[in-house]
Amino acid sequence: MTDTPAPRHIPDRLDKPLSSAIFSWEALLVVIAVLIFAVNSFASPYFLDPWSLSDLTFNFTEKGLIALAMALLIISGEIDLSVAAIVALASTMMGMAVQAGAGTPVLVAIGVVVGLACGAFNGLLVTRLGLPSIVVTIGTMSLFRGIAFIILGDQAYKGYPESFAFFGQGYVWWVVSFELTLFLVAAVIYWFILHRTSFGRRVFAIGNNPVACQFSGVRVGRTKFILFCLTGLMSGIASVLITSRLGSTRPSIAQGYELEAITMVVLGGVSILGGAGSILGVVLAAFIMGLVTFGLGLLNVPGIVMSIFIGLLLIIVIALPIVWRRLREGRFA
Amino acid sequence: MKNFLKYRELWLLAGIMLLIGLISIRFPGFADPANLRQVFNDTSILMILALGQMVVILTRSIDLSMASNLCFTGMVVAMLNAAHPAIPIPMLIVIALAVGLVLGAINGFLVWRLNIPSIVVTLGTLTIYRGATFVISGGAWVNADQMSPDFIGFQRAAFLGIPVLSWIALLVIALFFVVMTRTAIGRSIYAIGVNPTASVYAGINVGRTKFIVFCISGMIGGLAGYLWISRYVIASVEVANGYELNIIAACVIGGISIAGGIGSVGGAVLGALFLGIISNALPVINISPFWQMAISGSAIILAVVLNARGERRQGRIILRKAEAA
Repeated sequence: MTDTPAPRHIPDRLDKPLSSAIFSWEALLVVIAVLIFAVNSFASPYFLDPWSLSDLTFNFTEKGLIALAMALLIISGEIDLSVAAIVALASTMMGMAVQAGAGTPVLVAIGVVVGLACGAFNGLLVTRLGLPSIVVTIGTMSLFRGIAFIILGDQAYKGYPESFAFFGQGYVWWVVSFELTLFLVAAVIYWFILHRTSFGRRVFAIGNNPVACQFSGVRVGRTKFILFCLTGLMSGIASVLITSRLGSTRPSIAQGYELEAITMVVLGGVSILGGAGSILGVVLAAFIMGLVTFGLGLLNVPGIVMSIFIGLLLIIVIALPIVWRRLREGRFA
Repeated sequence: MKNFLKYRELWLLAGIMLLIGLISIRFPGFADPANLRQVFNDTSILMILALGQMVVILTRSIDLSMASNLCFTGMVVAMLNAAHPAIPIPMLIVIALAVGLVLGAINGFLVWRLNIPSIVVTLGTLTIYRGATFVISGGAWVNADQMSPDFIGFQRAAFLGIPVLSWIALLVIALFFVVMTRTAIGRSIYAIGVNPTASVYAGINVGRTKFIVFCISGMIGGLAGYLWISRYVIASVEVANGYELNIIAACVIGGISIAGGIGSVGGAVLGALFLGIISNALPVINISPFWQMAISGSAIILAVVLNARGERRQGRIILRKAEAA
């Protein structure tokens, strides 16, 4: 897991702001997004329609919400593979509450609280017992979804109240959905936390060198615990949105979301080894993944073939800068 | 010291005995040798896969693409068999190994030459290989009636009273045991996991060894592809979906440290057996199979909590053993 990090190159002086912005990861993502957008508009006449573009956003908002918190977690050097299972468990609990006659505010509260509790459970195991998060969350992934399977079996919960449908199906203004609004607001909040607060600096510092952080007086364990709680919280919120959008709960809900959320984070330029990344990159990556899947969907490409493009995109985007650098240094392979 | 090294495997073995004992209370026939042979046979594919994953995890890497590799290779051999039933089964197994090797080598090349973290590479190839299965099959299934009797019957044929599938598993276990404990490449794999920097100074080519490790896990994935398809006699895009995490779970329960360098062939086999026993036992003791996921999840968490104690000590002991050797 923890591959040996490459020795860091420390330049004598920082690049000029303009040139560093042009050659940044985010700029690369913007170029890719524009390219895909252009290709899509040429490939399908239905693409450039406000409602099509609005539908497009549903492809990534839920996973994107999870990816925002996951980005912080990965920057701090940890990972959470149980997010999709948290979605399933929170959704199951909301379904149970519906059978007991709960109203919309209670449902939302249950979804969010269950998500938070699951995240706290992960956080406790990782920080209190000092266990590797990848293994812990593989375990809790089976456990959380397993509980959903025990409760639901092959059944499904339906009958969510009509007012509950707003979260996943409602529009705030014209074609701007509630989900998209929530995603953008959350992105701004996470951007602020990561890039403008001392908490965010600590997250980067922990990812770069947890031992040095410990000696510098940073509460590494507590910071990581908070990050796990945040990831659980976002999964709970995503669960509310997905359940509301689908109007039903099955134990297999949100299957595979964890890998898609992680793909978004990595595609967004966050180092899987920790210590580097930006929220803007993750937001751009979320848009790119939405663009790719929606554009291919308009061309009637089956979902499974889309996944090839997502996989290729991930590997090529990560490999491109490496190959480019080696070519410039003239020492390829 | 040597007895101490086997500590973890002994504990796991005791846990498995206890599990079998508990199941026997509810269903006395479970501990029957014939039934245990059946359980072993049912777990063979998971054991083989866990061994392939183990060598990857030992080098501080991970291969998330094994189940997709299995799915793709299984589809290739199933389609070959459906189109040309005359191809002998040993030839098909060689083809499966070769296809798996190519898929593994792609992972290995990206990890070795481009230095991309293995979790990112295999996360990408996980979706690519499964998508490629759809592309080559056009989404169609290969059903039992399209497969030749040999294709289905080969692994079921009994040799000395034990099915060929179990023999293949035993052979793979023996092979891995020899390679991991008696060869230079086995030692290098452990060394890289314990301390990659020191391994470089010791003259080990870390990148190339990682490449080899991914080739091994790829070949294992390919072999498991044929075995899986001929066992469950259906090849589709959905085969073994999400199974990569079961494979890693078997390794974790078997005491293989995700931080690399710690783990043994016996541990991986026992970890897989543990999961195999649970999935075999639940139906016979009248627990809904829906409990299986939560139980194996709890087992993983419990295993990692127990393994975390003394993991550091264990690492030093391996080093000391290497010094003594």
